[in-house]
Amino acid sequence: MVAVRIPPTLRGEVGGAREIRAEGETVADVLDDIALRYPALGSQLLEDGDLASYVNVYVGGEDIRTRDGVDTPVADGAQLILLPALAGGC
Amino acid sequence: MAVSAHASSLLDLVGSTPLVELPRVSPKPSVRLFAKLEGQNPTGSIKDRVAKAMLDAAEASGELERGRRLLEPTSGNTGIALALAAKLRGYPLTCVMPASVTEERRRLLRLYGAEIVESPGDEGSNGAVRLALELAERDPSLFMPFQYANEANPRAHYEGTGAEIVAALDRVDILVAGLGTGGTLMGAGDRVRESFPDVVVAAAEPLPGDEVMGLRSLADGYVPPILDVSRLDRKILVTNEDAVRGLRLLLGEEGVLGGVSSGAVIHTAIGLAEELDHGVVVCVLADGGWKYLSAGFWDADDVDAEMGQSLWW
Repeated sequence: MVAVRIPPTLRGEVGGAREIRAEGETVADVLDDIALRYPALGSQLLEDGDLASYVNVYVGGEDIRTRDGVDTPVADGAQLILLPALAGGC
Repeated sequence: MAVSAHASSLLDLVGSTPLVELPRVSPKPSVRLFAKLEGQNPTGSIKDRVAKAMLDAAEASGELERGRRLLEPTSGNTGIALALAAKLRGYPLTCVMPASVTEERRRLLRLYGAEIVESPGDEGSNGAVRLALELAERDPSLFMPFQYANEANPRAHYEGTGAEIVAALDRVDILVAGLGTGGTLMGAGDRVRESFPDVVVAAAEPLPGDEVMGLRSLADGYVPPILDVSRLDRKILVTNEDAVRGLRLLLGEEGVLGGVSSGAVIHTAIGLAEELDHGVVVCVLADGGWKYLSAGFWDADDVDAEMGQSLWW
């Protein structure tokens, strides 16, 4: 079981929850599990089966794109953070 | 009177910033930690390099005619840097910035002579980018350097920041910088990797508070065109609490007054340094703490309550 933190933009798709629970041993598994239970959320996160370009996913506080992408392993009890891509840089 | 060493313009003093070792912050004696003090640039931030480079490039290409008004989305440092460069080169400047930035930034921009258009605070810098793109499209007389897509931005860090780091050190194992437009990490990262192919280029990225993520949908997200995440080796989220912890450590142990992103970079660098047995870690500290003095986080117990509503870098 992993905790998935939901950004404000997407909370409407999960009944307003700030965090949801999901199952999976890799990010891909977790995203599939989320898509199964919250299809509207899943359709926003995935783009042709791949992670949408405007979505960042973090495991252990690190972006999965600099790790193993959706194959990044997720330990039991880990936290996965979903964030929209934001323009930074003042 | 003999006048020997002097600059003919403040813009000639951009870059060539000091590099200082931070032995008291390093987690172990076998790992040497260095900081590039970008707050020593003329307007106090790394963005002086970017502003100057973007104007140089636009003048050289002939795109920027003399006296034309500049427009740029910025939450502060780029605007202030552009305001100085624009003043000295004779361009009026309008900055689009989120209403949620600190008062020092607004004041500084006005004092340097820029005009300010506010974008909704709850839309953060994505809102400033969107509004600036709209304004530029509506009025073709405006020239938008647009740091998010301008190759002169990473090039300034390739030819400047990164080149200065490799000239100063015999070895770099890890390079850490804050992630904003991606300019520093792309440009300095590429340059340092050329000299030290095994370097780990690490981005410290802000974990934004809920209040500054007011996007209507994920599709409103924005990835700067100059940012290629595949050229980063690590990309690590930093909470406001951890950034402030880094700031307090930096000031308390080494006497360096950094801005919020500097605290995040130090926090990230310490974590990565712990993974090394021995080596050299370079931190790019983008600005000093002066522009954040009115913010309450310096001695707040509940840092998140103080910082959650704003974007800090």
